[in-house]
Amino acid sequence: MDPRKGKMVIDPKVRQVGFVTPGAPPDRSQSVPVESSSPPVSDMSPSGNSLSPVMIPPPRHASDNLSSSLVFQSTRPVPVPAPLSPRRRPSIGDNIMSGSYNPSESVLSSSPTQPTSSKIDDGDFSEDLSSPGWFRRGNPGKVASSFPSGGFDMTAVRSNTFPAATNLTTVSVVKPPGVSEIGEGGLVEVQNDRPPVSKSVKEKPSKAERRALQESQRAAKAAAKAEGSKAAAGGAAPVSSKSTKAVKPPAQKKEVAQVAVSEKKGTDRPPEKDRKKDVPHPRMQFDDKQRVEKAKRRAIVKQTEARNRVELFRHLPQYEHGTQLPDLESKFFQLDPMHPAVYKVGLRYLAGDISGGNARCIAMLQAFKDAIRDYSTPPEKALIRDLTAKIGSYVSFLIECRPLSISMGNAIKFLKNRVAKLPLTLSESEAKATLQSDIDRFIQEKIIIADKVIVDHAVSKIRDGDVLLTYGSPTVVEMILLHAHELGKQFRVVVVDSRPKLEGQALLRRLVAKGLSCTYTHINAISYIMHEVTRVFLGASSVLSNGTVYSRVGTACVAMVAHAFRVPVLICCEAYKFHERVQLDSICSNELGDPDSVAKVPGRKDINYLDSWTNSENLQLLNLIYDVTPSDYVSMIVTDYGMVRASKIVVVKLFYHDP
Amino acid sequence: MPDTQALVNEFVVKLKRRKVEGSHATARLTAELLRSVISQQRVPYTNQAGVLIEAVKAVGEQLISANPVELAVGNIVRRVLHIIREEDLSLATTAIGGLNLSAGSDDEDDAELDDRTVLSAAAVAAAARSTLRAPSLHTLLEDIPDSVAAPHTSSSGGDSEGKSKSADKNSRTRKLKHDVIEAINELIQDIDTCHEQIAEQAVEHIHQNEVILTLGRSRTVMEFLCAAKEKKRSFRVFVAEGAPRYQGHVLAKELVARGLQTTVITDSAVFAMISRVNMVIVGAHAIMANGGVIAPVGLNMVALAAQRHAVPFVVVAGSHKLCPLYPHNPEVLLNDLRSPSELLDFGEFSDCMDFGTGSGAPLLHVVNPAFDYVPPKLVSLFITDTCYTTEELTPFCNFCIGNTSGAVALLLIKY
Repeated sequence: MDPRKGKMVIDPKVRQVGFVTPGAPPDRSQSVPVESSSPPVSDMSPSGNSLSPVMIPPPRHASDNLSSSLVFQSTRPVPVPAPLSPRRRPSIGDNIMSGSYNPSESVLSSSPTQPTSSKIDDGDFSEDLSSPGWFRRGNPGKVASSFPSGGFDMTAVRSNTFPAATNLTTVSVVKPPGVSEIGEGGLVEVQNDRPPVSKSVKEKPSKAERRALQESQRAAKAAAKAEGSKAAAGGAAPVSSKSTKAVKPPAQKKEVAQVAVSEKKGTDRPPEKDRKKDVPHPRMQFDDKQRVEKAKRRAIVKQTEARNRVELFRHLPQYEHGTQLPDLESKFFQLDPMHPAVYKVGLRYLAGDISGGNARCIAMLQAFKDAIRDYSTPPEKALIRDLTAKIGSYVSFLIECRPLSISMGNAIKFLKNRVAKLPLTLSESEAKATLQSDIDRFIQEKIIIADKVIVDHAVSKIRDGDVLLTYGSPTVVEMILLHAHELGKQFRVVVVDSRPKLEGQALLRRLVAKGLSCTYTHINAISYIMHEVTRVFLGASSVLSNGTVYSRVGTACVAMVAHAFRVPVLICCEAYKFHERVQLDSICSNELGDPDSVAKVPGRKDINYLDSWTNSENLQLLNLIYDVTPSDYVSMIVTDYGMVRASKIVVVKLFYHDP
Repeated sequence: MPDTQALVNEFVVKLKRRKVEGSHATARLTAELLRSVISQQRVPYTNQAGVLIEAVKAVGEQLISANPVELAVGNIVRRVLHIIREEDLSLATTAIGGLNLSAGSDDEDDAELDDRTVLSAAAVAAAARSTLRAPSLHTLLEDIPDSVAAPHTSSSGGDSEGKSKSADKNSRTRKLKHDVIEAINELIQDIDTCHEQIAEQAVEHIHQNEVILTLGRSRTVMEFLCAAKEKKRSFRVFVAEGAPRYQGHVLAKELVARGLQTTVITDSAVFAMISRVNMVIVGAHAIMANGGVIAPVGLNMVALAAQRHAVPFVVVAGSHKLCPLYPHNPEVLLNDLRSPSELLDFGEFSDCMDFGTGSGAPLLHVVNPAFDYVPPKLVSLFITDTCYTTEELTPFCNFCIGNTSGAVALLLIKY
């Protein structure tokens, strides 16, 4: 077991390692001694296998095939036999397995009843559709055994009709009779032994199984024509006979499976297609229990719900912070479908290493670029569709790490748009190159150059003797201030800061290091300091189409007080962050940070009043990340398209075509 | 005298070092100090009130200058001066009444009678005027400059006063001081019970399922909310933590302990949350004569946000916080700048605070004010303690509740 684990850990890390994975088969052989427990595994796995051809768009067919041919001897025969008759093929697969698994199984496979057994699995599959697909990877050997069924199933599956699935289930009913004594015993065992075995099952299957799947697909195609009709007929007959019986065992299995899933959600990923289909809506409403449940089952990131959720924000995700990171880190090497670059960025979001709209957006785009570079279209897939799906799965992972900012949403939209518009005539490498250059161009034009333009615009608004106030740590404003200082303008800067992030301190340090004269204060003192301020420069996370500015929480307070003191407020925001959405308050859509950081005041040990109270159910801690500034507080929005009044932002939006 | 001087000095030092915090504690200590000053003060047979007033004024000036921002000290000193004059006056009118009676019975000397009646009429009129006219902070203020010689009445009144004094010297000498001390005791009691009296009104203002926002911690607010909770109202409270002192955490803890649904938010989230809040209830440091409020830092922001969303902004404050002064540039003049260490860690930023760099001027300033000024137009309601039984505090009865403009008007008329 352990050695296998180690291998498993290694392989997802680097794509190519996948080729080496064959660790799995050896494991099987190792696990042979454990026979009693293993049969259930085999029982389970087939279902998974049969499932996979349907659901998994296997990401790297080519590589897998290679690997399988190179290393995975057990599977190798499989691709070859494709032309062979289904009967024959399964027997090979089973033989291989039989050593490791269950004599009874092998008997089964070789025996004429074989197809029925495979069908049983299919029945499971139909049941399992709802549950996450982790155990799809059942075990490769089993896949082989299930081949025939898989082959003919494919036709049914292809058509995606439910009846097909039901047929399969019924078929599974047949199995017990076929297997009679042994089979049933095996099933029973499954239930008993499941929990201990489950782990091994989960981990085993990944590579080998997928390979097998691919092969099975291919084989299925070949076989489908010849045998499909026959098999289908065979399958259909039993269906009617014992549908009721069949249903039960699968159900049990399913339960078991779910238990296992809950134990280790992250290890196995649902196939991308599946994911793509259910990619959580970027603005999912978390008070919808069903959806949340669904999303949870899919989630890679293991989230535990916060203890005292704020009633008003039930619709937003409120999870314990700090618990996911170690968990995710430990899974780093197991998340195969996730590109490592994307994974890394996700982790950094989670840890809070990257913050600020631009930084997050750039990091994400760079990661996508890496992912696209390493991407290869699976055979029989269109690059456009598959890549879109893949990006979708990346995005949903990133969302789990931290909800997307609007700027990131725009960038993703841009990227998907680009992918969708790729001319079909392009070769894969060309397409990838275009996409990568598109991403680069986006970063350059929409972010970096846009910032420069904004700086140029905004600097013209700074005069000698000005006292400029800024809040938090907006990168653009920092650039503006430094640039103005370089131009030799004489001005003072007031840095207003707020808990819990205290980002202003970092800004303060950088400004003072550059020799700017600064005043530092906290947001409560804003009315005090506003008397001496002549201009307020603020950053924004997004500007919405009614001129509302969506930004770091507290921006609205600053803008409001400035408005009350008749101080002009300039919002600096790149045009790519504009969004056509409209928002009236900060509650419908927002992000919640770690609530515990509200209770703890770093550096002030005397303030620990809430330490022992955080568990009280009457106490809730709310750490909002964003708020919404009404447009009438904003004198001007500085964008790369020029400076506009907030109320006229729609005009800019009109002229601003999505790249 | 020396021992009271020692007490005074001790208190002055405390005020200077800001060891006494909160206007409630300050007010109470001031009243107690003045009480001991008065009880220790040796009074001559004539012009006792003048001597007492003189003594209280001397001490009061020291106290006020020790911490000019702590307006409660001045309020209490004024209150005590007022008490002395009131007591003196009430003694005088009873004496005049006696005189009149005797004058009526004595009708031998016509000229003298005429003189007497004229005199006594004037005295009674003056006395009546000053007793009928509701005693107010306004009169207190007026009286401060010319206090030594019998202040309220005309010269003829002074005459009659002298006569009445001579009439019953013995009783008066003891009585004035005794009465004054009694009245001060009542004042102290009022200060002590102001929270309960304010809290009694809580149910009138908080309805079921209300959402209330507050910032920082004020004992008055805490008792106000808890009183409503005790009356079985269920409502939720958002507590902004009130950086840099984070007293909001303390308040949250206290409220949670009483079983109130409490949500702690950062100060920056006030604007975001206020749209879902029904009422803002805050404490104050002092309420000025124009209805403006000197409040803990951050409240102006809250008040502006409340105004923007048409959320009632309610200030609860004991009457010892009502100050008869008009604020001028209160953000600067009535403010305290506290230590920067509450905002920045000196260790981390020691290099930035270096005076040696560049032109020699420090590049970094840290501003940490203690108070905010909330202009009267932003305040919807003042809630102060109502139940004054003693006559000298009647003005505050009228003041107890009223909307902003009303409050301002009351302040103008009554003070």
